[in-house]
Amino acid sequence: MSLSRKDVLHVAALARLHVTDAEQEALAQELSRILAYAAQLNTLDLVASLAGVEVTSHMSVSSMVTRPDAPGESLPPEVVMANAPDAEEQQFRVPAVLEG
Amino acid sequence: MDFFSSLQELHAGLLKREATASELADLSLQRIASLDDRVHAFLHVSADCVAAAKETETVIGQERILDGIPYALKDNMCTRGIETTCASHILKGYIPPYSATVAERLNDAGAVLMGKLNMDEFAMGSSTENSGFFPTRNPWNLERVPGGSSGGAAAAVAAGMVPFALGSDTGGSIRQPAAFCGVVGLKPSYGLVSRFGLVAFASSLDQIGPLTHTVEDAAIVLQAIAGKDERDSTSANIQAPDYRAALTGDVRGLRIGIASEYFGPSVEIGVRNAVTKAIALLEQLGATVSPISLPHTEYALSAYYLIAPAEASSNLARYDGVRYGVRAVDAGNLLDMYEKTRSTGFGSEVKRRILIGTYALSSGYYDDYYKRAQQVRTLIRQDFLDAFESVDVIVSPTAPTTAFRLGEKVHDPLTMYLSDICTIPVNLAGLPAISVPCGVIDGLPVGLQMIGRMFDEQTLLRVAHAYEQAAGMAPLRPALAMGVKA
Repeated sequence: MSLSRKDVLHVAALARLHVTDAEQEALAQELSRILAYAAQLNTLDLVASLAGVEVTSHMSVSSMVTRPDAPGESLPPEVVMANAPDAEEQQFRVPAVLEG
Repeated sequence: MDFFSSLQELHAGLLKREATASELADLSLQRIASLDDRVHAFLHVSADCVAAAKETETVIGQERILDGIPYALKDNMCTRGIETTCASHILKGYIPPYSATVAERLNDAGAVLMGKLNMDEFAMGSSTENSGFFPTRNPWNLERVPGGSSGGAAAAVAAGMVPFALGSDTGGSIRQPAAFCGVVGLKPSYGLVSRFGLVAFASSLDQIGPLTHTVEDAAIVLQAIAGKDERDSTSANIQAPDYRAALTGDVRGLRIGIASEYFGPSVEIGVRNAVTKAIALLEQLGATVSPISLPHTEYALSAYYLIAPAEASSNLARYDGVRYGVRAVDAGNLLDMYEKTRSTGFGSEVKRRILIGTYALSSGYYDDYYKRAQQVRTLIRQDFLDAFESVDVIVSPTAPTTAFRLGEKVHDPLTMYLSDICTIPVNLAGLPAISVPCGVIDGLPVGLQMIGRMFDEQTLLRVAHAYEQAAGMAPLRPALAMGVKA
């Protein structure tokens, strides 16, 4: 499995990461090597033995865990907002969603 | 009395008033001051730890072993009012408004937090060189890595700066640094210890556990942190048994399994010999040793390096410069702000794993990568279940080598990943495992890994303790930590 610079740009966009021109080539190579290693999961013997095998996504959660729907103590708004890079009147402020 | 004394001895000293809790906190501060400019284990030393210690002085009780005992936390566990960064620039200045359950439980037990420990950024790494701030060095040899990602925790305990620390283990991040630094490192069963307040890396694999000098100390710390927590829906509904009561020293009739898959060519000869010797000792103690097979081990690393990045890519989506952390300046619009914040805030390994994970989950590749990795996970788990039909504990090296040199693997991510080859399958299966020192080669410690049945920490600790007592090595003390005036 080999990734092109275009693939890297596509994945980076999905991950909300900006990749510089210089990083693109190095990442394409590094990611290709890692995926080539991971591709041993695609060997025929293994793929054959995986037929019908269930997936394991988690070790301990076999059923939905719920808690009582009871009001508890919450953090005060000023504490919640304290770490915000930019906040005003209990709201997080961000740059414009659309330019213009 | 120093921090190579057992927790029991420190506790007895406090009860007999040979030292006070604030004197122990002072001693820890002195050790940090005299050693940490070389080791670089701490990211943050708590300013009010001596005052906190003073508060515990009046309440030290017979049964409260951790009362007044100093400790430190890997910096991915939230501490109310104390900066928590995960060794990442993106969380620089983040002051959590709440504490992790483990921090609360240790606080309730009377333990005194000395500070926060260095790690690979977001726990992604095996050498602590991926810290966004600085690498930690191995107290046994400052040119060597302490392992990772809980490298700061292992180094701080190994150098005697604190008697115990908590780390987290997603693919070996407690056990491998414990092995490299000559301390005990325990990864409990998935779900035994609450992850509430642990900054998530790969949620189905992460587990918090202690790093200590002895198995008994690990049992004592586990006792304090184990048990159901309503705030973590994956925490198991289990009443923690008395772990110290399990340390009988008796392993007669116990069945130990040896899997050839864990003794492959990547295992250095010195490591192999030390582990073989340890197995022979367990046999002398009355355990029976038999070969077992874990046939899907060879696929574990591939599966792990798809599952962990996939979960990480999702977990780390929250770092967007909106609610907390550092925001990039001069962004034109919201999307630009996200991208600039994440690209400047994350280090290269974190970005690499986010990209791998995003790719593995992306449309068209999901079945070939992520789904297949999860099926392999089922097979690996089944391998262990089958093996535990005929044995009680599985013994292997913790890592294929001793501590490697700083810079040796940092430019080769895949080779770095291979240093976790003996520990990763255990996380995929959710099992408990412990690393115990089993020798020193060329001035560097070797770790012996023992793997137990799900939620059978008692048997695991019993075997580890019996071995440790018979081997007579603990606590290991690096030259750096000798002759330090404190």
